[in-house]
Amino acid sequence: MSTDRIEKQVLLKAPLERVWRALSDSTEFGTWFGMRFDGPFKPGAVMRGVIVPTKMNLDVANAQKKYEGISFQITIEQIEPERLFSFRWHPGAVDPTVDYSLEPTTLVVFALEQVPDGVLLTLTESGFDGIPLERRAKAFASNEQGWTVQMTLIEAYLVRNKQAQPR
Amino acid sequence: MSETSRPSRGNSRPLADARHSAPIFAALGDETRLRLVFRLCDGGPMSIARLAAGSKITRQAITKHLRVMEEAGLVRGSRHGRESVWQLKQGGLEEARRYLDLISKQWDNALGRLRKFVED
Repeated sequence: MSTDRIEKQVLLKAPLERVWRALSDSTEFGTWFGMRFDGPFKPGAVMRGVIVPTKMNLDVANAQKKYEGISFQITIEQIEPERLFSFRWHPGAVDPTVDYSLEPTTLVVFALEQVPDGVLLTLTESGFDGIPLERRAKAFASNEQGWTVQMTLIEAYLVRNKQAQPR
Repeated sequence: MSETSRPSRGNSRPLADARHSAPIFAALGDETRLRLVFRLCDGGPMSIARLAAGSKITRQAITKHLRVMEEAGLVRGSRHGRESVWQLKQGGLEEARRYLDLISKQWDNALGRLRKFVED
């Protein structure tokens, strides 16, 4: 089990053009993700996103409610139309009193592939091993959104545990 | 990540789990305690004297940290003569283990919303 990255695949039964717009248009991205961005996505752009409860799912909206208004910095990396969209951000950076700007980021990549049934979307988020251990440890106490980094720490621990106790 | 292939619908169950497991993560939310867990993990059951060896932390402080983690169900101590020996409790870790998938699930949820968004 990698402690550094996660990968997900999902088949979307929609036209490639539609999926691409949902990812690459910052307003559309924000609608399903639950964020409002201060401009359009452009390669290299350093942008601010503000958490707004998603309109897509009431449970998630309620869970996000307490983080409403908290802003994130994201840096757009690559935009290759209908193929790839990537950005960097600080995972779990929801404590407004902490300056995350100098800390390492994780890289989030959405890759699209046209398949017979629709569009195969592969999402990866990587770079968790680069997040300072102290930050990962402190994230345990701070908040639920910190799970992002907390998980990598627990995972690292469990991997060690498994190695230490062969069955 | 074997469990993540299960599609997740909504977020209510993970949130209920979060409440249940929060004490475990809170107990781990301290660098010293995390180090103690790593040591018990690598070295197996250990006396406080051994846990304190080579560390700047006093035995009293270590005992205090172990008690916090005992409350959360992560470790347990037993007396062996004059010494108490501490070890990891597997049950508590199993509990925590389910959380490995949480970041994955957050993405599952987000991608589920994306799917609804583009397919509807």
